[in-house]
Amino acid sequence: MTDKFIARSTEIAARLLGGEMIIMSAADSRLITLNEQATCIWQAADGVTPLRGIVDRAVCDVFDVEPEVAYRDAETFVSELAAQGVLRVSDSPILPAE
Amino acid sequence: MSPELHSVQVEIGKTAIRILTADPEFREILLARFGSFVNPAAQTSLQLSVRLLAPGTPTEGDVHVSMNGGGQWSIVRGDFRCLWQPAIGEGSVEQTANPYSIDTVLRIVHTLILAREGGFLLHSSSAVRNGRAFLFSGLSGAGKTTLVRLAPPDVPILTDEISYVRRASPGYTAFGTPFFGEFGRPGENTSAPLAALYFLAKGPDNRIDPVPPAEAARLLMRNILFFAEDKRLVQLVFQSACDFLQAVPAYRLTFFPDARVWELIR
Repeated sequence: MTDKFIARSTEIAARLLGGEMIIMSAADSRLITLNEQATCIWQAADGVTPLRGIVDRAVCDVFDVEPEVAYRDAETFVSELAAQGVLRVSDSPILPAE
Repeated sequence: MSPELHSVQVEIGKTAIRILTADPEFREILLARFGSFVNPAAQTSLQLSVRLLAPGTPTEGDVHVSMNGGGQWSIVRGDFRCLWQPAIGEGSVEQTANPYSIDTVLRIVHTLILAREGGFLLHSSSAVRNGRAFLFSGLSGAGKTTLVRLAPPDVPILTDEISYVRRASPGYTAFGTPFFGEFGRPGENTSAPLAALYFLAKGPDNRIDPVPPAEAARLLMRNILFFAEDKRLVQLVFQSACDFLQAVPAYRLTFFPDARVWELIR
């Protein structure tokens, strides 16, 4: 099974406020608020750690959740953020200059 | 031979902009429009040169603000064209002899200047009580003007429409502005440290409720005046809004429109 690699877009601004991550798309000023688990994935989205590794470390080790459930939720979340242009997704590691 | 230029310095939020015009009648229009915000003694290098166009009936329409390749801001609406060069703090405006076009130009130029200094203009009324400033924010119809109309007589009104917020040390300061809505007159040219931001809602009684930070950020961003289609500047404004919310408490103020609401604002 091919894993995914995720990196935060450079076309955004993000800030942790009151425990919630708020992301603003610089392209259209849209605001997105992440829950606690999504925030952990977002913060770990370094472009080089596979999504499954991120879910294991940032979600399963921290929250009481089954790994497959967590991974499925993460895939949905990643697809939604990618569709909104705030997260980049690739089948290979994403280097900073890409 | 160049025509004699007349100068009017309009100072808002401790930032003075010199407006130059060759037309003495337009100078009188500026003096009347900006009243107590005219400060001939202010030290400033910021300057707008206004070239007046022949009278006509231009439509206002939407304003478009964009950065062109030469590092200049282009600010265009149906009734004016402005080029602003942030690097040297100078700009030019083409408009007819009316106070409304230059009023809008000033609002936008101030948003561009403030964005780089951690401040912003906000759709809100504001007032000073007991030496502290309060912002009352909301879109049209939220009650911004109603609230300041209900204020006790000893409460200086900073504006009923557009508040000027500048980072201070510590916290933030709100300044009076000449920008007004239904109140029909400019705010007082004074300032005070900011005590709270209230998002307005009308209701059957008066109450104050906390607003979670993420929701406060969403509401604040919705009400910050920002026109530029420039990603870097949009990011700056977002960070400024978040910084602001970490320093100034935000609440929802539900109010019934009578003077008792001011018993809560102290």
